[in-house]
Amino acid sequence: MNALLQSIYLAFDLILHLDPVLFGIILLSLKVSGLALLIATVFGLPIGAALGLKQFPCRALAISVTNTLMGLPPVVVGLFVYLLLSRKGPLGFMGLLYSPGAMIVAQTVLAAPIVIALCHSAIVNVDPVIRQAARTLGATPGQEMFAVIREARYGLLSAIIAAFGRVMAEVGAILIVGGNIAGYTRVMTTAIALETDKGNFELALALGIILLLISFAINAALHGVQKKGSVKTS
Amino acid sequence: MKLLISHIRKEYEGRTALKDCSYAFASGGVNVLMGPNGCGKSTLLRICSLLEEPDGGELIYSDNGSPLVPDMRLRRRMTLVLPRTGVFNTTVAKNIAYGLMIRNVPFAERDAKVEQALAFVGLAHKKMQNALTLSSGETQRLGIARALAIGPEILFLDEPTASVDEENTGIIEAIIGAMKHDGRTMVIMTTHDRDQAGRLADRLLIMSEGKISEG
Repeated sequence: MNALLQSIYLAFDLILHLDPVLFGIILLSLKVSGLALLIATVFGLPIGAALGLKQFPCRALAISVTNTLMGLPPVVVGLFVYLLLSRKGPLGFMGLLYSPGAMIVAQTVLAAPIVIALCHSAIVNVDPVIRQAARTLGATPGQEMFAVIREARYGLLSAIIAAFGRVMAEVGAILIVGGNIAGYTRVMTTAIALETDKGNFELALALGIILLLISFAINAALHGVQKKGSVKTS
Repeated sequence: MKLLISHIRKEYEGRTALKDCSYAFASGGVNVLMGPNGCGKSTLLRICSLLEEPDGGELIYSDNGSPLVPDMRLRRRMTLVLPRTGVFNTTVAKNIAYGLMIRNVPFAERDAKVEQALAFVGLAHKKMQNALTLSSGETQRLGIARALAIGPEILFLDEPTASVDEENTGIIEAIIGAMKHDGRTMVIMTTHDRDQAGRLADRLLIMSEGKISEG
């Protein structure tokens, strides 16, 4: 018990003294997950919107596949991206393996299905009467779709926040493709795993506390967005 | 603008909604369509407002004797208010501004038209309120205000008082009455209420089994 309390004390000491190693790891984590989320959003949002708004062959199959991919195990994604980026893999020529770039690719693969599936869900939950209303007021087909997307805005934001939560807490995929190289590909989750193995609990705990705070901030933001989106009707 | 419908037919999955429906709507005034449920009133309004295509027959819009092409430009000269108004999750003012925004009406002009429409339907005091918090009667008035803001030459109202209380029914009837006096907009509305039809109609039309006859 004493050792645990001492580790917590030392962890706060590292945080309060802005330990450069600690903050280097945090910044890299935010950079990798932030960029992965950005790419997943840029591709995922239009795909999710198209799944929600357009009718096309195999749409139901595409929705089922996306929903299934939401539960992708990170280690499987890590293995898949590793095989893609390894020297003998189809994208091996890019030389991305064991770099932050490989980690961004892996996290994008993890985040995209969440963004797509939750965006689709947000859009299909918009009352069909909204689209009709836009149409009766003279909206073009594009303006009609935009009206629906705008109505789903809080759901779309929730999808992005949920995907960020998933990639920030992920460890398996980035450990496989990033290699956990100090000062280069070491992020919060991989550092926690390594420092725990080494018995360096204060750094692991400090990172754990920061990760918890980030997770709390993400959840608070999600709650705020959902609260703003739900209007009390009379 | 005048509207001539000639031998309009419409079927939904084998069920006939409109059968050889013909009538010439002159510009201005309030045309009230009455008839039992399922006689094709709403279908006719959707076809006339160019939101749906008929299976057969002709729909001819004309201006000073010249026929008009049924394209997006023509569609934007009219609007339909549905029995259940779909409101956007934003303020009452922004809901009314929507039709003006998609027509690229400049901001200053947009604001003036929103104010005017709000005052016309008696919702000026609710301008900044979220539209989803309005009562069903106020929501229907908002639907009418949103339609009027774009200055339609033809306003289609599908059962405008079907789901509203007595007080709001009175207000909506007064709004339609004011439009009647104004004379700039032709109103084509449906109702179940014979008394209401009597109070509002310049021309009473009876729909039965997919056909129109003058009442």
